[in-house]
Amino acid sequence: MHIIGISAYYHDSAAALVRDGEVLAAAQEERFTRRKHDAGFPRRAIEYCLAEGGCRLPDIDAVVFYEKPFVKFERLIETYLSVAPRGFGQFKLALPIWLREKLFQKDLLTGELRRIDPAFDIARLRFSEHHLSHAASAFYPSPFERALILTLDGIGEWTTTSAAIGRNATIEVIKELKFPHSLGLLYSAFTYYAGFRVNSGEYKLMGLAPYGEPKYAGLILDHLIDLKPDGTFRLDQAYFDYATGLRMVGPRFEALFGEPARSPEGRLTQFHMDVAASIQGVAEEVMLRLTRSLAQETGERNLCLAGGVALNCVANGKVLKDGRFDRIWVQPAAGDAGGAVGAALAAYHLDFGAARATRNALDGMAGAYLGPSFSPEEIVARLTGAGARFATLNDADLYEATVEALVAGKAVGWFQGRMEFGPRALGNRSILGDPRNPAMQRTLNRKVKHRESFRPFAPAVLANECAQWFEHDRESPYMMFVADVRRERRRAMTAEEKALFGVDKLNIVRSDVPAVTHVDYSARLQTVHAETNPRFHALLSAFKARTGCPVLVNTSFNVRGEPIVCTPEDAFRCFMGTDIEALAVGNCFMLKEHQKAALRHDHAPAFAD
Amino acid sequence: MTIVAELLQFLFARKKYWLVPVMILIALVGGLLVLSQGSAVAPFIYTLF
Repeated sequence: MHIIGISAYYHDSAAALVRDGEVLAAAQEERFTRRKHDAGFPRRAIEYCLAEGGCRLPDIDAVVFYEKPFVKFERLIETYLSVAPRGFGQFKLALPIWLREKLFQKDLLTGELRRIDPAFDIARLRFSEHHLSHAASAFYPSPFERALILTLDGIGEWTTTSAAIGRNATIEVIKELKFPHSLGLLYSAFTYYAGFRVNSGEYKLMGLAPYGEPKYAGLILDHLIDLKPDGTFRLDQAYFDYATGLRMVGPRFEALFGEPARSPEGRLTQFHMDVAASIQGVAEEVMLRLTRSLAQETGERNLCLAGGVALNCVANGKVLKDGRFDRIWVQPAAGDAGGAVGAALAAYHLDFGAARATRNALDGMAGAYLGPSFSPEEIVARLTGAGARFATLNDADLYEATVEALVAGKAVGWFQGRMEFGPRALGNRSILGDPRNPAMQRTLNRKVKHRESFRPFAPAVLANECAQWFEHDRESPYMMFVADVRRERRRAMTAEEKALFGVDKLNIVRSDVPAVTHVDYSARLQTVHAETNPRFHALLSAFKARTGCPVLVNTSFNVRGEPIVCTPEDAFRCFMGTDIEALAVGNCFMLKEHQKAALRHDHAPAFAD
Repeated sequence: MTIVAELLQFLFARKKYWLVPVMILIALVGGLLVLSQGSAVAPFIYTLF
C-alpha cells in the first residue's frame, strides 16, 4: 500500500511517501523552489516522492493532508466570538483569506493533485489531525513497541500540547491542552519580543539563552504563565496579542519587562540575553514537569517527542538527563514538515488498520536521509554544466583531500547521497570545519553563513567516541539533544576571561573543540553511525586518524535565509558565493582557487531577510 | 454549494449547532469584506490560521 502525506498552506510545506508502513521518501518544498519556509502546495516534493518510489499518482492508495481545515476555522470563529468586539482587526483580514481559499482546501488540494494526475479521485483524499500527525510521526518511526508520546507546538486545530500512549500500531490520546494556552506560542512571543522572526527565529533565541541569566523567569512564572505541578499551564491572555491581534505580545507584556519589543535591526543587549535565558528556563521547567508527571502517571519508560517545541534540543537534553525515561526518540522533522510523514503513517496504521513491523534498524527514518540523491554521472554532468573545475577521486583520496582541507582550516562543503528531511543537515548537505580551530566559529558565522555572530555550531561525532568527548552516552543521530563537553576536555577560564560578558564570551577558547563549545560548555550533538551514513562516518574516521579528534563542525549547507542546498548546482552556487574553500559533491572534489573568477559572486544578498 | 453542505455536515457531526447562525452571519460579513478588499495578503507577525 502506498500513501502520500502532505503538509502545506501554513509554513514549511512537505510531502512524504510511505509504502507498507515504511517511509520511502520525504522532502520539504522549499528545497526545490529555493524559497525558505515555502508554504505552497508541495507539488515538486510530491513529484520527487513519486519518482523516488518508482510510482505515479494513480498508484497511490491515499493522499493524506496533515490537519483538518474546518476544525481550524471553527477555532478561529469561536476565538473571535469569545473576544468580540476586540480582534476585529485580525478578523477582517483573516476572513477573506478563509472565504476565498482556506475553506476550500479540499477543492484546492484536489485541483493541485489533478495537475499531477488529471484523473485523481477525490475519494482518495483524507485529512488527519494536526497533533495526531505529529504523534504518529514521533511514534511509528521510533524504535519502540510502546511509548509515551508527547507533542508540543504553537497551534494546530485546537490542540497545542498532547500526550498519548503508543502501543504497537495504536495511538491513544490521554491528555490535551488547547489554544490559546500554548508553550510554542509562549516561546514564539519571546522570539518576537527579542526581535527575531516567529517560526524560524526560535533557534536564535535558544542560542542566545546561554549568554544571559534567567533574571526574568520569576516574572514570567508570576504573571504570564500559571504553571501547575503536573506541567499543565494557562497563559494570561492579557499580556498577549496573538489570538486576535496583529502582534505576538501586547502593551502589558512590554510594560512588564520594561522595554518595547526589539526591532529586527535593533541592537541585541544583555537584556535580550537575560530574557532569552529566562524563557528558555521556563520552557525547560514546563517540559520537565510535564514529562515527570506523565512518566509517573503512565509508567512508560520510553518517550517520543514531536511538534515544533521538540526542536528545542536544550530542553530535550534536560529531559533526557532527568532520567525519568530510559530512552527518548525525537522525530527529526519535529516541526510541521514532519506532519506529512505522520499523516501518512497515521492513515496506514489507524485508518487502514495495518500492523506495525518490528524494527531492527536504529529507527524508521533512515537517518533522515529521505530526500533526492544524484548518481555519479549526473553529478559530473551537472557540475560541468555549472562551469565547475573539479577532480573525480576514489573514496580514499576523497576522504584524504577533504581531511587535508579541514586540517588546513578551510570550510568544506560536503554534499553526499540523499538530502536530509527536516531542519538539520546531518552530513549529506553540510558545511564542515575543524572544531579544534578557535577561529572556525567566527569564520563560519561571518564569512560563510553570513549569520549572527552569537550563534553556536554543532558537532558531529563518531557514535562510538561520543562518550569520550561529551557527557552523553547514547545515540543522538538527529542533533536533537544538547550535552556538555566532558570536564577533562574543557579549558579553565582566566579571571579576565570570566569577566567578559555577552557575545565576547564566545571567542574564548573553552575546550579542546572550541568551535562547537557554547559559552555554557554545551554542544548540540550529532552522533554519526556507519549504518545510516557510511560516507560521513568514513570521513570522520579519516579525520580522527589524522588528528586524534573524532569530531567535526557540522552546519547546514546554505547561507542565512537560504533553504539548505538540494542539487549539485545549488551547492556549487553557494560554494562560489561564500568563503567555503573546498567542495566535495559525491566523489567530485574542488578547491575555490581553481574555479573561474567570473563565477564568483556574493551569495548572501539573494537570500537576505 | 458543496462547501456549505460539507460545513453543515461538519458542524452537525461536532454537535456545534449554535455555530450555524454564526456561520451564516460570518459568510455575509465576510462576503462584504471580500468585496471591499483588493488583496488578501495580511501583514501578520504570526498567522494563526
